[in-house]
Amino acid sequence: VKLLDEYRDARLAKRLLAGLDCIVTRPWTVMEVCGGQTHTLVRSGIVERLPANLRLIHGPGCPVCVTPIEEIDEALDIAARPDVTFCSFGDMLRVPGSSRDLMRVRAEGGDVRVVYSPLDAVEIARREPGRQVVFFAVGFETTAPATALAASQAKREKLANFSLLVSHVLVPPALEMILRSPGSKVQGFLAAGHVCTVMGFEDYEELVRRHRVPIVVTGFEPVDLLEGLGMLVRQLETGRAEVENQYARVVRREGNRQARNLLAEVYEVCDRTWRGLGLLPRSGLRLRDGYREFDARTRFGVVRREVVEDARCRSGEVLLGVLRPRDCASFGTDCTPEHPLGAPMVSSEGACAAYYSVGRSNLPMSR
Amino acid sequence: MSVDPREWSTRCPVPLPSGDRITLAHGEGVRVTRRLLRQELLPAFANEYLGPLADGATLPAIDGPLVMTTDSSVVSPLFFPGGDIGTLAVHSAINDLAVCGATPLYLSLALILEEGLELDTLRRVIRSIGEASRRCGVSVVTGDTKVVPRGAVDKVFINTTGLGRLRPGAELGAQRVRPGDQVLVSGTIGDHGLAILAARNQLDFEGLRSDTAPIHDLVARLLDSGAEVRFLRDPTRGGVAGVLYEVLEHVAANIHLHEESLPISEAGRGAIELLGLDPWFIANEGKLLAIVAPQDVDIALKALRDHPLGEGAARIGEIRAGDDRQVLIETALGSVRVLHEPAGAPLPRIC
Repeated sequence: VKLLDEYRDARLAKRLLAGLDCIVTRPWTVMEVCGGQTHTLVRSGIVERLPANLRLIHGPGCPVCVTPIEEIDEALDIAARPDVTFCSFGDMLRVPGSSRDLMRVRAEGGDVRVVYSPLDAVEIARREPGRQVVFFAVGFETTAPATALAASQAKREKLANFSLLVSHVLVPPALEMILRSPGSKVQGFLAAGHVCTVMGFEDYEELVRRHRVPIVVTGFEPVDLLEGLGMLVRQLETGRAEVENQYARVVRREGNRQARNLLAEVYEVCDRTWRGLGLLPRSGLRLRDGYREFDARTRFGVVRREVVEDARCRSGEVLLGVLRPRDCASFGTDCTPEHPLGAPMVSSEGACAAYYSVGRSNLPMSR
Repeated sequence: MSVDPREWSTRCPVPLPSGDRITLAHGEGVRVTRRLLRQELLPAFANEYLGPLADGATLPAIDGPLVMTTDSSVVSPLFFPGGDIGTLAVHSAINDLAVCGATPLYLSLALILEEGLELDTLRRVIRSIGEASRRCGVSVVTGDTKVVPRGAVDKVFINTTGLGRLRPGAELGAQRVRPGDQVLVSGTIGDHGLAILAARNQLDFEGLRSDTAPIHDLVARLLDSGAEVRFLRDPTRGGVAGVLYEVLEHVAANIHLHEESLPISEAGRGAIELLGLDPWFIANEGKLLAIVAPQDVDIALKALRDHPLGEGAARIGEIRAGDDRQVLIETALGSVRVLHEPAGAPLPRIC
């Protein structure tokens, strides 16, 4: 594995921080969209060191956080079936449904396995033809091409014992919703570099035109984020609103054509409910005609049960950036990673968990 | 499947030998069990205490306090880059004795075998236990074998109990730790946990190997150096962070760590980045975490680095006054974050 150490260079990062201090002359509120970016910002300590006038809001870009509890329950129902081998990315295992989580289902005898790629689930289906193998397809445009590839392999090989529980969501409709919501204070976005690697950024140009809001496609290392913030603030300070690409070492305007074609072949856009945000039009993906036979919901006749969420959880406001995690009355008291009230406390990419796991002590910082 | 005609018998109820796999008969049938012990187990561990096949070992009198420890190994897969369940079972007992300040002397060995286990697999594990214990200079003096129905265990579970002699003058313990003391580790962190994760999921990280190794000699070197050593531990499950939180149960203080100073192998870093894991919590099986008096850091580091297992030794942090009992990490940018104990086993992130 080749690591890009230059994007973690502490001296360069400090120089960029000092640079931000110089260019920020007024108060600005900006959002980093992706949970991976939140993770880096909090973990590296960048959030602590930003100019006082630059406020960061952590966006809804954590797939674990926005998957509705009803869909977690569907996953749990399927995973508990004796004929099913249920495959999932690791961090979905601890996400609580209305009464239990996948860890619990496993402890009760369910065959729940952590895989690192949807293709591993396809391989299990090939190896164990007597089992119904289901992959929990969560995530944004970043993970969707891999699940699409799994579906297309299964179709080609006529793997009758493989299916997908699809919960994919799309980023641009969520940004649109944030920009339209009356309480929103967001004046600019750091868009998620990985999503744009796949999809490109033509959709963002449309958002910029409609809402006159600057967007910078940004990577995930400390230096990336500081560069992205600098580009965003410069636009705000000079009154520009454009799409800029900080992550040009990876992202092209048109994205990855092959991945997009595959997505279009397997999935179609549909309305989707986001946990904490509600129903967003044309914000999700579902299997297209020709792939429906791989839909786990149909195969197992899953019945969706409405769930009333714990009223103490204000994750919707956190995801919209209206409420900061530490300002929530339940943060760190009723709501901890051991006993999460809502999803942002579960995944390490969730804004609440990111703050909790690295929560500042009351000790003076050593400089 | 081959059957040795000499093992045939007309006398009921001795079951037929099973050939190349462990069957329930190996756990219950007296003849088959004895054959298993004679042929597969005893030769690997030959020593004067084990020979007579009694129910227990009679050992010579030992001068001074004894230290005893026990550990069960349940790793999957059984064989992984850098070691196997056999080396782990031996090293974990040896290392637990070592960090208590004891010189390891004897081991007990209990095997729980799954019905259907291939005899060749058992042979490999046994050979590995025999070699590892010989290399560590300890004798396996007593043992037990059970066979359980398929599915009741995962192939082989091993329990080892270690007995050692406390080194004269060794005074170690978390309650001896005080502000100002320095935290050292003997080398790169996380290699075992990552190697197992990779092997379990057929992830290919070039150069990633478990660090499983006996550290009793390394500990002896450190204790002989004259450095004032307050506390020793092998940071296995729960990793470096787990050990430090344990220390804080006994000492009202804070522990300050420097993110940049934690030694991580190149292959380990790649795996950590890709899987989204935190190195502070990942298991090690051949590393030493030492807390030493501040004035003796250099002596201690030199003693560790002079040993092949301690070449990568580094100072990673210090104990500071305060009663928050928190482990704090100073980032490269100079800000400080709390390292919280995780709610469960580390799970890889989605993206």
